[in-house]
Amino acid sequence: MAPPPNSPLHLVELYDAARGGHRRSLGRLLTLVERGGAEAERISELAHPDSGRAHIIGITGAPGAGKSTLTGQLVAKLIEAGKRPAILAVDPSSPLTGGAILGDRIRMDDVVGVVATDAAAAAAGDGPDRTSAFIRSMATRGHSGGLALAVPLAVRLFDAVGYDPVIIETVGVGQVEVDVVGAADTAIVVVTPGMGDAVQANKAGLLEVADVFVVNKADRPGANDVRRDLDLMLDLSHLTGQESADGYRPPILMTSALTGVGAPEVLAAAAAHLDHLDASGQRTSRRRARIRSEIQARMEQKLAALTEQMLASTEGAELLSKAEAGAIPPTDASAALLQRLLAGPA
Amino acid sequence: MAAETENLRVILAKLGLDGHDRGLKVVARILRDAGMEVIYLGLRQTTDSIVAAAEQEDADAIGLSMHNAGHMTLAPNMVKALKAAELDIPVIVGGIVPDDDVARLHEAGVAAVLGPGASAEEVARVVRDAVQANRAGAQA
Repeated sequence: MAPPPNSPLHLVELYDAARGGHRRSLGRLLTLVERGGAEAERISELAHPDSGRAHIIGITGAPGAGKSTLTGQLVAKLIEAGKRPAILAVDPSSPLTGGAILGDRIRMDDVVGVVATDAAAAAAGDGPDRTSAFIRSMATRGHSGGLALAVPLAVRLFDAVGYDPVIIETVGVGQVEVDVVGAADTAIVVVTPGMGDAVQANKAGLLEVADVFVVNKADRPGANDVRRDLDLMLDLSHLTGQESADGYRPPILMTSALTGVGAPEVLAAAAAHLDHLDASGQRTSRRRARIRSEIQARMEQKLAALTEQMLASTEGAELLSKAEAGAIPPTDASAALLQRLLAGPA
Repeated sequence: MAAETENLRVILAKLGLDGHDRGLKVVARILRDAGMEVIYLGLRQTTDSIVAAAEQEDADAIGLSMHNAGHMTLAPNMVKALKAAELDIPVIVGGIVPDDDVARLHEAGVAAVLGPGASAEEVARVVRDAVQANRAGAQA
């Protein structure tokens, strides 16, 4: 019989099975990673020694830009090339109910088809197929801090059990989502015709993190205008000294994700970017930045939890009600509580 | 964790050739608003593609929408496919199912059947209950 759920032994067994290609075990581990807490930390420990190989690719863009469809095309090509890609497809949770509709898989039909065939082959006794894709949908689960913790851990896990590349797909709407993609080895930003002009392209944010630009729906009118605006924006980066020190200029690729036109070129550009990172030593610096931001996010989350606890404590409630009654300013209350917090448990 | 408070992960799919997905989209919204995470697979899925998704997504429940009178073949096939893959996940069927078939679907291992008159509350409750009952059964 199976050991009790979530016991340390259970996690080791799940991890070993996942490394052996057992999808259900990996699916389970990802759930625990998402849930956070002690199990997630233990899984991180298990995965740590085996990780650090995969090419981490972030794909982002506005809702409806065609990210999932493009990802599906890329994954189909990766499988053909004998790769074993993992996809982490992030969609927002409702801030009101906490629920979510995770609809990225539906756009990856081709890929799912391949996976199903492989699953059938595995069931027929041909053993687990280590070449196929693994798609996992993830909801942002309200507080954006959760995403910043769960994504790096899920990526580490995919990497450790042998998936490469690991593709993170997020809607480029929030700072955390942009950060998550920006922390990848290669950030692909998907734009489409009709999303605005050159002024939009020069606004700060999403476009600044791109290592590769994709103009999707390139068969639609206005696609060349978008390309020109992006080109101009990159020219201005040169002018203002914002371009990368070694002269790397993000390529702009035209795709039609529905038909797959341009998908091989996107993969080639991602591979070329990785070569560039390796040659310039930037892969290491990106990894360092990633590690630092993960540590920072974890510490911030724990401190936030401690803050909640402190506010709920007797002392916290007392100071809180004093401040609420106007007896002391909020600044005094927070300073006193912070001092108490940093002094450690009484 | 209790099924009432956690973010249940529910796969919704149309199994086989059946293009009527309006109902399934309504159910997706109902479950989302009940605080669940819906992994929406949509049209023309196969038992294999649903099994693959269930493994990767670590689904708590699978909802199948049936409007093509194929439920007596397709729903038991889904239950069998899950069993063959050693996945213990409750299957809930929604759509046009004649009363006489409901008991037979239960016998075939379908956890629950939801008809056209089901309220939003009922849909969410039936999914939660099915997950709860399945977990209680797994522990027994």
